[in-house]
Order: sequence, then C-alpha cells, then structure tokens
Amino acid sequence: MYNVKVYVTYKESILDPQGEAVRGAVHRMGFDEIDDIRIGKYFEIKVSKQEERSVEDVIETVCDKLLANVVMETYRYEIEEVKETV
Amino acid sequence: MRFAVIQFPGSNCDVDLLHAIRDGVGEEAEYVPHTADSLEGFDGVLLPGGFSYGDYLRSGAISRFSNIMSEVSRFAEEGKPVFGTCNGFQILVEAGLLPGALQRNKQLHFICKTTELKVDNNQTKFTSKYQKDEVLTIPIAHGEGSFYCDDDTLADLKANNQIVFTYASDNPNGSIENIAGIINKKGNVLGMMPHPERAIEDLLGSSDGLRFFQSMISNFVKETADV
Repeated sequence: MYNVKVYVTYKESILDPQGEAVRGAVHRMGFDEIDDIRIGKYFEIKVSKQEERSVEDVIETVCDKLLANVVMETYRYEIEEVKETV
Repeated sequence: MRFAVIQFPGSNCDVDLLHAIRDGVGEEAEYVPHTADSLEGFDGVLLPGGFSYGDYLRSGAISRFSNIMSEVSRFAEEGKPVFGTCNGFQILVEAGLLPGALQRNKQLHFICKTTELKVDNNQTKFTSKYQKDEVLTIPIAHGEGSFYCDDDTLADLKANNQIVFTYASDNPNGSIENIAGIINKKGNVLGMMPHPERAIEDLLGSSDGLRFFQSMISNFVKETADV
C-alpha cells in the first residue's frame, strides 16, 4: 500500500486570480511582507500494490488525464510506502 | 436533422438548447443521458451549459469521462456537428476536442449579462448566415470562462482561422485576445462561452443567436444530402 500526496498548481506563467484576491486580503490584515500567494489543489491518494504497473505510472496517468489540466497546471507528488500490519 | 442534447448531472441549459432546435429552427432534438453509450440515429450532438458534476475539480473535468463522451468523440472524428456552449465548451476543451483551457474569470465573480459578440469568422458551418465582423447581442453566464492557451496554440488558432467569436466591446472575463468561441481545424466542433440558444427570439431580448442554429442546419444538412 502507498500513500500518495499530489499537489496541483497553476504554471508560473498563469495568472491566479484567486491567489491575488487572497493576497489583497492579507495586505488589508497588515501583512505587507507577504509578496505572493498562489492557490493550488492537494490530493491524498491510497494506492494498492500492483504487479503490472508501477505506482508512479498510475499517479502520472491520473494526474495528466484528470487531476491536472496540463494546459495551465503543473503537478508534483510524494509517494510513501505503508507497511501492511497483519 | 436529429440532434442529441446531452444531459450531465448539473446541466441546466439543456431545455434552452432543445427549445432552440425544436422551436427555433424546427428540427428534431432529444435528450440523451450522460450514461448512454450510443448516439445511434442522431446527426449532431449538443453539449449544454450548467455545472456538470458541480464543477468539482475543474469545470468539465469529470464530465469528459462520462460514458457518452466516447460517442461524442466519434461524432467529432466523423465530421458530424458537435456544439458546446458554456459548460459544454469547458467539457470539449477538457476532452481535448478543442485546444486551450478555461480558467476562473479574472474578476473572480460569476458574470451573467448581455454581451456584444463579434463574428470573426463567418466561413464556418456554424456562422455562414452572419456577416464577417458583425456584432451580435448574446448573453453570457459563467464563472470560469477565461480562455487560455499557450503562444504556439494561439498562433495555430490564428493561422487556421479557428477563432470564431470574440467579445466586441469589453473583455468580461480576461480571455486572451478576447476569445469567446473557437472551432476545431476540421470545422465540425465548435465551443463558445456565450449562449446563442438564449437569444433565438425577440422575447428573450435578442434573436441574434437564431442564425447560428440556422447556419448549422443548412450547412450540415447540405453535407448529409451530398453524401
């Protein structure tokens, strides 16, 4: 079993209007030292072990096709193997 | 001609599209649920506006994996008319049947208003009854309608005259180059954020959208007759 964390964010070239709105609020709170905020999505995914395909292949396919729109978003992931307790 | 109006969970402009086909241009139209696996017996497919699957993840992202979408792709490949308005446009770009992506409106809020829409390309099967550069009065209603694509894709869209509609006066959502609607290279898949189906009679505030459906019918019918 694997626990996978996936982070999807806008590419750097893409304007993030939600992030800009939050940054505006943070400045109104008085935290002028916060220069930039970008909002992304975070997924926690559990994957069981499979002989035929690697967990990396599974995650990358799912990200490319569904979790991220690669036209405007990018993603990264972390995989942690969980020892089965019997 | 007989059109399928696909109903996704959360579609809400399906009735308007059916009305535009049946009462606007006097052709046949039927609802087809997203769970169906066949478009047998239909000549064209229409993807309505709304908030399919609650727009979870991204607008259109989940719908593109609906059962019926493989049939929509088949129609696209076979050169049959495929039209998506609003959420339907978002589904078409997510499915890769049209290039680019639709992002949250630059101003963040949902916009529901009448816009002035310019016909940039009247040499398509969907727009032949308009004049080039004619300005239409058509409503928009969306929160995620800001069209984005990279520079290469944009150059490609321009080179192939795939930009069909642009916002004429002000850019309501931050779309690059004021883009409101595009067509595929083959000329049979068109997606747009504005709603021509909500502008088919004066009672609705404008009848400028009617010629969109009339163009589609006369060009694709002619084609079917030629075969």
